[in-house]
Amino acid sequence: MKLLQKIGLIIFIIGITVFTFSPFIGSYKVTNDILKSTLSEQQYANLSEKLKEKLVGKRFSYTWEISSVFVNEYEFKNETFKNKHEWDKVMHDNPQDIALSITKSSATGFYINNILLFFLISFGFGVLGAIMYFLPDVILLGPPGIKNNNIYRRPSTNRGLIAYFVFAYLIGFYILLYFYPAQLTNQILLVNPLSLLLNGHPASRWFLYGVLYCTVMLTMAVRMYIKYRHNKYQIVRTTSVLFFQVAFAFLIPELLIRFNQPSMDFKNAWPLNYSFFFDWNINNLLNSGAIGAFMLFWGIVLTLIIVPVFSYFYGKRWYCSWVCGCGGLAETLGDPYRQHSNKTLKAWKFERWIVHGVLVFAIIMTAAALYTFFTNENTLLGIETYSIQKAYGFLIGSIFAGVIGTGFYPIFGNRVWCRFGCPLAAYMGIIQRFKSRFRITTNGGQCISCGNCSTYCEQGIDVRWYAQRGENIIRASCVGCGVCSAVCPRGVLKLENGPEENRIIENPIIIGNDGIKLNL
Amino acid sequence: MEHIVIIGNGISGITAARHIRKKSDLNITVISSETKYFFSRTALMYVYMGHMKFEHTQPYEPWFWEKNKINLIQDYVEKIDFTNKSLTLKNGSPISYDKLILAVGSKPNKFGWPGQDLKGVQGLYSYQDLLELEENTKNGIKRAVIVGGGLIGIELAEMLLTRNYPVTFLIREESFWGNVLPKEDSELIMRHMKEHDVDLKTATELKEIISDSNGRVKSIITNKDEEIACELVGLTAGVTPNIDFLKGSDIELDKGILVNEFLETNQKDVYAIGDCAQFKQHPKKERKPIEQVWYTGRMMGETVANTICGKRLAYNPGHWFNSAKFFDIEYQTYGWVFNTPIENEEHFYWEDSSRKIALRIAYDKDTRLFHGINLYGLRMRHHAFDKWLTEKRTVEYVLEHLKDANFDPEFYKSYEPEILNEFNLKNNTYVKPKSKSWKRILSFNS
Repeated sequence: MKLLQKIGLIIFIIGITVFTFSPFIGSYKVTNDILKSTLSEQQYANLSEKLKEKLVGKRFSYTWEISSVFVNEYEFKNETFKNKHEWDKVMHDNPQDIALSITKSSATGFYINNILLFFLISFGFGVLGAIMYFLPDVILLGPPGIKNNNIYRRPSTNRGLIAYFVFAYLIGFYILLYFYPAQLTNQILLVNPLSLLLNGHPASRWFLYGVLYCTVMLTMAVRMYIKYRHNKYQIVRTTSVLFFQVAFAFLIPELLIRFNQPSMDFKNAWPLNYSFFFDWNINNLLNSGAIGAFMLFWGIVLTLIIVPVFSYFYGKRWYCSWVCGCGGLAETLGDPYRQHSNKTLKAWKFERWIVHGVLVFAIIMTAAALYTFFTNENTLLGIETYSIQKAYGFLIGSIFAGVIGTGFYPIFGNRVWCRFGCPLAAYMGIIQRFKSRFRITTNGGQCISCGNCSTYCEQGIDVRWYAQRGENIIRASCVGCGVCSAVCPRGVLKLENGPEENRIIENPIIIGNDGIKLNL
Repeated sequence: MEHIVIIGNGISGITAARHIRKKSDLNITVISSETKYFFSRTALMYVYMGHMKFEHTQPYEPWFWEKNKINLIQDYVEKIDFTNKSLTLKNGSPISYDKLILAVGSKPNKFGWPGQDLKGVQGLYSYQDLLELEENTKNGIKRAVIVGGGLIGIELAEMLLTRNYPVTFLIREESFWGNVLPKEDSELIMRHMKEHDVDLKTATELKEIISDSNGRVKSIITNKDEEIACELVGLTAGVTPNIDFLKGSDIELDKGILVNEFLETNQKDVYAIGDCAQFKQHPKKERKPIEQVWYTGRMMGETVANTICGKRLAYNPGHWFNSAKFFDIEYQTYGWVFNTPIENEEHFYWEDSSRKIALRIAYDKDTRLFHGINLYGLRMRHHAFDKWLTEKRTVEYVLEHLKDANFDPEFYKSYEPEILNEFNLKNNTYVKPKSKSWKRILSFNS
């Protein structure tokens, strides 16, 4: 069994190594046709002369040789136009995106000709190896039950070297994905055949991200199913997040593209889906006939009715740990790191400021965007509304949700984004705290203050603080993952939905001591 | 202002300190030689198993003590002068008190076995014991022998097995925790231990521990003259009050520090609570004079805090309850279920097909009065049973309303129909389960 695990690990490492180092095994040849087809007329007019001289007809081994030339040229030209006040010639696209289009089309040689083989070696080996690594746990972990054995004795899960390596790897990946996508050309090409099959278009970087997201979640879900095979709540919940990720976040949007419809993730509610009320999106939906109108209607209903009503009945867990993609990744890929969330009072205070701050930021940004949509005025109180959107997209959408949100898993726990950054979580948290039927009930006087609940709370809630006082846990940040209840050795915690009456216990007494009848 | 000194920072002493602070502005000092900060003793096992770091076992952050003006001293009390109300510390200068609470806990039992003080022979109670266990196993061991078939023994077995050290478990009785658990219950746990590869030897006692040339354990010999090679011996045959430092003083001692129902010792303004207290006569006649349980320690702490703050209160624990976890099987108990039925008592035992989930209810044969319940792999509401015991409900009432008591996580299989079916078959009754009612559940709390 241990041998099988070791072989699995080796196969996995081969897979991820091929994936990671694929940029070093390609070759690229830029032609004039490629420039013509990837650049707009204006861009072609501005740039083709220099690009022909520096790029066309040459063979390159690395994408950055092409992208750096292109981006430099692009920015140099724009500078020149600006200095000359030739505003009509200034180009407004993201040069990194265009560079990616060029490099994707320029791939040639052994790598691109054997792309299916490389897909199998990278994705196939990665998944196969990981599953070979997880499956023996059915036997190795012993009889079903909570097996957090040695989590704090392993460098991978106790902030050791391996954890820091994963930390750096994830951060590196997100930075390339968001800001230097051309460097991921060969990884994107891996999923090109799949993209053509699903949506009929070549793979974009977001298609690669979608495939990776689903693959990682599916693979890590195998681990969850084995680890929590005694706990039906965890099994059902994991199945639910998987379904919503694969079907709603990935397949349906891709198929919508195939049928020339606007793409939409129907479960992604504003304000997590922060661009929903941007003018380009509303216009796009309004111009897409009945289905577009329905999407607009659905998006509004989702945020204004479904989210609060469901949060009232079930707490925010219905979304955060049953439906949400961010939550889904956190609960699968992030599960080995859930113990690293900070439980101090200081962290809780910080959390309340920052997560509600992001919610306010999202509301202001959206209000400004709607102002622009309805009035066609581009500035509000002297600020360009578009610049607010851009700032939010960069700071919150990319850095916070992506780079920090996932990159920080191995060191700061798996819910950094959900706890500190997600505006939708903040919105639902307010409902959960003040008007909801959800609570974690504490079972009388059975708590022994051991601390397993607090340690494994991914949201950094000091669950024990409440449990040892005989108090129910009603916290805005609780995503209802159910792990506190699972790891409790004395059966003290139960997630449940019930009447609001007595949900919050003001002055709990711990039952069992008949001498004490009042908590004064 | 009065100075309240508490010796011992376990659950009893700390609960007393917290409740005194809630009710008063008295000066509070807690002295412990074990650790500076309060930690959950029951959680030490999880540190060794790598589920938690030691700091996770501390229920309060360091600022809590400062904010609540609870003065913590890490030192060892060598002597108490009850006449002059002062304490001699090992390192610090003497401390005087107005009122003193002794919450000094227990230490592992050692029954005079030859070789019991060898290197590699240890109990498991204190933080220092945990450090010693790390030290004793740091180079890996080929086998450990655990002596004493109770709660600490099975925890130690679980701990060692997470590091893949084989464990032999000597149990003096015929079955595990046999002085508490009925036969089937105990057998269920023993089956589970074997499933975890514990080498169980029942009706076997330790005769002697054999030393190697360095004064370290190399094997043990049982009363059946079997020699078992091992590098670690865990002595887990219960605990005894940790009162050696009080011997020869004026305070009245037996096995523990003798107290009345108000937790008062024979010395003025001196109280004893928790593991170390021994009731001259327990306020509840069915209970033993020394209660070494987390929950009772906590209740004694709550009680004594009232007395200290001017409201003299007798220790009056409510219905008995307890819990434990045996490897993967959780155990909860409410009310009294003894290992054999008491007079005119009937036991109903049910086990599911996996033979890992079980329930036992004790009740009166004639009046049908519900006495208590043992639960294995099933979680039930404390409030429900507390209420039903107070209301003197019958076994049929309890079974009928079992769904109200269910505390298992959502989506778990509901066993009530199976349980009632079996009860009806055995008793020729026709009890039907009522569906869960939130109205009734909420009424448990009032």
